Amino acid sequence: MTGTEPPGEIQAVPVRHPGRWVAAALIAVLVAALARSVATNPRFEWGVVGHYLFSSRILDGLVVTLELTVLSMAIGIALGIVLALMRLSRSALVSGASWVYIWLLRGTPVLVQILFWYFFAALYPTVDLGIPFGPSFVHLDANSLITPFVAGMLALGLNEGAYMSEIVRAGIISVDEGQTDAAQALGMTRLQTMRRIVLPQAMRVVIPPTGNETISMLKTTSLVAFIGLADLLYAVQLIYAVNYKTISLLITASLWYLAVTSVLSIGQYYLERYFGRGSARETAPTLIQRIRGGFWPRHAEVESASQPPRLPEDHR
Amino acid sequence: MSEYMVKAEGVHKRFGRLEVLKGISLEVAPASVMCLIGPSGSGKSTFLRCINHLEKIDRGRLWVDGELVGYRQANDTLYEQRESEIVRSRAKIGMVFQRFNLFPHMTAIDNVCLSQRMVLRRKSDDAEGRAQALLTRVGLADKMDEYPARLSGGQQQRVAIARALAMDPKVMLFDEVTSALDPELVKEVLDVMRELADEGMTMIVVTHEMGFAREVGDKVVFMDGGVIVEEGRPAQVLDSPGEERTKRFLGLVLEH
Repeated sequence: MTGTEPPGEIQAVPVRHPGRWVAAALIAVLVAALARSVATNPRFEWGVVGHYLFSSRILDGLVVTLELTVLSMAIGIALGIVLALMRLSRSALVSGASWVYIWLLRGTPVLVQILFWYFFAALYPTVDLGIPFGPSFVHLDANSLITPFVAGMLALGLNEGAYMSEIVRAGIISVDEGQTDAAQALGMTRLQTMRRIVLPQAMRVVIPPTGNETISMLKTTSLVAFIGLADLLYAVQLIYAVNYKTISLLITASLWYLAVTSVLSIGQYYLERYFGRGSARETAPTLIQRIRGGFWPRHAEVESASQPPRLPEDHR
Repeated sequence: MSEYMVKAEGVHKRFGRLEVLKGISLEVAPASVMCLIGPSGSGKSTFLRCINHLEKIDRGRLWVDGELVGYRQANDTLYEQRESEIVRSRAKIGMVFQRFNLFPHMTAIDNVCLSQRMVLRRKSDDAEGRAQALLTRVGLADKMDEYPARLSGGQQQRVAIARALAMDPKVMLFDEVTSALDPELVKEVLDVMRELADEGMTMIVVTHEMGFAREVGDKVVFMDGGVIVEEGRPAQVLDSPGEERTKRFLGLVLEH
């Protein structure tokens, strides 16, 4: 030991992990066996899957599924925000009304709610729009107003609103009260404070479970098969009821559900990235940056450190 | 211009059963600096929050710039102000918080611009010009586009001061603004406040910085248990306090 040279970069022999190698080998064997069986078992009838995957009946069903998912999530999110704000209201009546709504819609099966809206005309044959207890201006026939699609959309959307309201409420109460103090001290109204300060920050907490809900909704829409709405699953059922290729057609539908779920997951990643701006951690890399960087965490650091500091003159 | 920028008369405030303020009366002259000192839990911060109506008072009256805070008086009847009226009077009162409370999802300059545009309805260009001038003045010309999380505590607090000043307030309230800062960052914030005082801003400062109170304060008020125990010129209150409670508090604070 001379002690004059400072110690150099560490080049130590890494610890061996024999357990990991055994596990990896085991998984590889299982995957290979599964893949072989799926590929060689003729009863899967992959030809049938390929034949129907892009058939017009399946694609029409897929469009219905997507429309239902988008529209009922839109209703659910809008309603969820309103219900959450009502829940947080200081008026006991307003917050109580929201509570009862959530209690009712979360407390009954969504399938029952779909059937209920489907049979709405039996309960109210006509729908009148006008002044309560007063004259009515628009007179509508419930049977033509509430088509199976409308029934499915309303049932799923109104039900989703109850769940979304709790997610939004969790997001709102996760925002530090100091934020509201600061906004109010600056003279912002409560509405401005909610819209510009609290809700944008609540989004960070709201988005992951909302992504969950959207993916869950995509699959829950298959319940509309009960009211004869030809969504993806029902389209598949109609086909295998005739040709008995049940498994292949279910696989066809599953492939589409998986594909859409994958797209939704990517969308969620970018949404989280957008609403995470300004958080203490570095801006997350885009998916492509991440794949290029080999999932190496150091990549993100290098990325942001190399950003030149912007001068005030360059502002916007 | 009214004789007092801020005037309190017998202000009481209760949180449930806990009476936090038990009759606070004081006056703050325009362009003067009043420092509120006292042990934690003495009601200093609550009193500050009452001045801009973040808290409703239970008894007494508060005036800012000659206008009653939170209420409108017609003959003998008090009417609660509507939100639009409260908001208008709040905009005249700047407030800076212990925990900065910058909006984390906005850059420094956007923090300073937002309320100018939303409350004062200033055009974007005007708001930005003002924000740039103020951020430059607090020494942050090179940090305008940073998000708060990338700024030090002292820098964040200076942005918060710029944000409050952007509203052209008539009085500034400072609520223990250096208490959450590392010791070496305290000076940069106090320097900004000192400059502000020199320029004639009316300021009410809740603080544990006795040096600042002595040097910048025109008046020091010592509060304990929801009442004002003693008030006067800084030298008088800090160096030769008349009350036993003041002596004990100063003894505890100054021996560190």
